[in-house]
Amino acid sequence: MTNKEVLVDIKHLSKLFPMGSGMFQRSKVFVYAVSDVNLQIRKGESVGLVGESGCGKTTTGKLLTRLLNPTSGSVDFQTENGPVDIASLRGKAMKKFRRHVQMIFQDPYESMNPRLTINDTVAEPLNVQGIGSLVEREDRVVQLLESVGLTPASSFLFRYPHELSGGQRQRVAIARALVVGPDFVVADEPTSMLDVSVRTSVMQLMEDLGEKFGVTYLYITHDIAVARYMSDRLAVMYLGKIVELGDTEEVLHHPLHPYTKALLSAVPVPDPLHQREPVVIKGQVSKPINPLPRCRFYERCPLADKFCETHDHPPLEDQGAGHYVACYHI
Amino acid sequence: MADYVLEVKNLTMHYRTRKGPVYAVDDVSLSVQRGESVGLVGESGCGKTSIALSLMKLLPDNAEIKNGEVFINGTDIVPLSEKELREVRWRQISMVFQAAMNSLNPVYTVEDQIKEAMHYHLPGMSDEEMGQKIDGLFRMAGLDPAMKSQYPHQYSGGMRQRAVIAMALSCDPDIIIADEPTTALDVIVQDGLLKKIHELQQRLNMAMIYISHDIAVIAEVSDKVGVMYAGKMVEFSTTVNIFHHPLHPYTMALMSAFPSIVGEKTELVILPGEPPDLLAPPSGCRFHPRCPYATSICKEKAPEFREYADGHFVACWHPGGEQS
Repeated sequence: MTNKEVLVDIKHLSKLFPMGSGMFQRSKVFVYAVSDVNLQIRKGESVGLVGESGCGKTTTGKLLTRLLNPTSGSVDFQTENGPVDIASLRGKAMKKFRRHVQMIFQDPYESMNPRLTINDTVAEPLNVQGIGSLVEREDRVVQLLESVGLTPASSFLFRYPHELSGGQRQRVAIARALVVGPDFVVADEPTSMLDVSVRTSVMQLMEDLGEKFGVTYLYITHDIAVARYMSDRLAVMYLGKIVELGDTEEVLHHPLHPYTKALLSAVPVPDPLHQREPVVIKGQVSKPINPLPRCRFYERCPLADKFCETHDHPPLEDQGAGHYVACYHI
Repeated sequence: MADYVLEVKNLTMHYRTRKGPVYAVDDVSLSVQRGESVGLVGESGCGKTSIALSLMKLLPDNAEIKNGEVFINGTDIVPLSEKELREVRWRQISMVFQAAMNSLNPVYTVEDQIKEAMHYHLPGMSDEEMGQKIDGLFRMAGLDPAMKSQYPHQYSGGMRQRAVIAMALSCDPDIIIADEPTTALDVIVQDGLLKKIHELQQRLNMAMIYISHDIAVIAEVSDKVGVMYAGKMVEFSTTVNIFHHPLHPYTMALMSAFPSIVGEKTELVILPGEPPDLLAPPSGCRFHPRCPYATSICKEKAPEFREYADGHFVACWHPGGEQS
C-alpha cells in the first residue's frame, strides 16, 4: 500500500468558525473545528475517519470537497496535470474539479430533491457537467442504477424519492455520486440511517463499486465497527485533531492513544459473554473554542501530567509501520 | 411460581390508515418477571415501539388494540379508562423515550417537571419530600442534585437522558420501558449511561424492557431477548441463547450481519431484500421471501410461536435451518 501514489495530500488544514461576532464587530472567539490536520490519502485505498459528534469529521469532509473553504492549509489533489491545491480553484476549474470529487451524505431522505424523479436526480450531475449527449446520459443513468442494484432500472427511473425505501434511496445517492466517474468520494455516515439487514448490502455495494470504478474513499462515521469493514486505514479525530492513524486492524487491536483506547473500550460488543475493558476517561467532550496551546485531550486524559500541560498539542508521529500517534506518553 | 410484573398475551394492535389497517403488532406474547431485564430487538417498523406504546396505552388516535391482554401486576390494563390508567402509569409502569429533548419541556426547570409528575401520581407528598426525593434520584442517575433547578437546554445530551431516567423512576415503578434511550448519544456517553441503567435495574430489582435496534447494546443490558420482525415476535430466549444458539433464520442473519470491533474480522452475511410493507405483509411466515431455508409450507401457513427447547421460543417451520 505504501508505494501507491498519493491522491489527496492534506497539509496543515484548519477551519475556524467565528463565534458571537456582531454585525460591525470582528469575532475574537473561534471554534477550531479542524486544526492543523495532515493526512495523505493514497489512490485506491479507503480511509475511515472516526470520532464523536463535534470532533470535526464532517467539517473535514466538506473541506476536502470544497463545500467549505479552509481558513488555512492546503489540500493537494492529484490530477492528470499534477497536483492542484483545491482551495485555489475558481470558476471553470472548480466545476471541473467536481467531476473528480463527490460526496455521499448521511440522510438519503434529506439529500434528495423530492420533486425530481430518480432519473433526473442521477442525471443532474451529468447535465451540470455537460457530459455526453442526451442519449448517452440516459444510458449512463440506467447503467449506474443497475450497478447499484436497482434493477430493472426502468422500474425506478420515473419514480420519486418518497416512493423508495431508505436503502433504495441510499443506493440512488451512491449512483448519483458515481455517475460522473469520480476518483475520490467522501462518504459521510452513508449507512447510519439504515437498518442492519439493509446496511450490510449497502456497505458491500460501496466496496464493490469502489473497486470496479477505481474510487478512493474517505469514509466518515461514528460507528467504529462499521468503519472496520469499510476502511483500510483508520484516522481517529478528537476536537479538530487527528490523534491516531494507522492500518485499521492495527489501530483496533493495538490502540496507542489514550483517547482511542477509551473510545474502543466504550463500543458495545454483540456478545453477552464478552467482558469489555473499563473505559478510562474523565469528564465530557467540550468544544474547541480558542483552545489553550496544549494537548486537546489534556482535560480528559488519564495520563496527563505537567509536561502535557506546558507543551503544545503533540505532533502526529510515526511509531513504526505507518502507525501515527499524537501523544507524549507512548 | 414466577413473579410476573408484566404479562402480554396475544397482543394485536393496528393503525388505521387511508390505505387500510397496518398490523404493527400481531399476536405477540411476552412476560417479564420482577428484577428481570428483557431486550426487544428489531429493525425500524418491526413494531417494537408500538408494543411499548401499547403497554403504556399511550396510543395515537388511529391506533387500536384489536385483541389480547396486557397484565401489569395482575391487572389487565387494556379495558381501563384514562382515569384508571393514571393509577397505573408512572407508579407501576413508566417509560424512557429516545429523544430526551422532546420528552422534557424546555420552559420548565427539570425539578418542576419531575415534581409535576410526582404531584399527579403520588398525591399527599409534600413539596419538601419531593425535593429530597429528587435529590436522591439525581444522585442515583449520576447527576449533581444542584442541577435540578436548571432548564433542559443547560444539560448535555447524556445528562438530559439521565434526567429523564430520574423522572421515570420518580414514582417507584415496578417496570420501566426504555425505548432506545442511548441511540442519539456518542459511544463514551452511551457507555456511562448503559452502565448506569444496568446498575439501577439491578439495585432496585426492577423489571425492564429495553428496546433497541442495536444488538450490541441489547447484549449488554438484557437477561432475555425477544426478536421482532414485521410485527411478529419470532424468537424469545435468554440473551446467551439468542446470541450463541439462535434458531430463527432472521435472528441468525441479524447476528452474522452485525459488525464488531473485537475478535477476528468475519465476513458479514448479507440478508437479501428489505423488510416487508405491513399494509400487505407476505403470506404465511412474514420472513419467507428473505429466508434462505423457506419451503412451500412457509409461504402457506404462519408458523406458531412455540417452545422449541426449554425456555427457547421460536416461530419458524425450520428452526436452526433444519429441514423436517
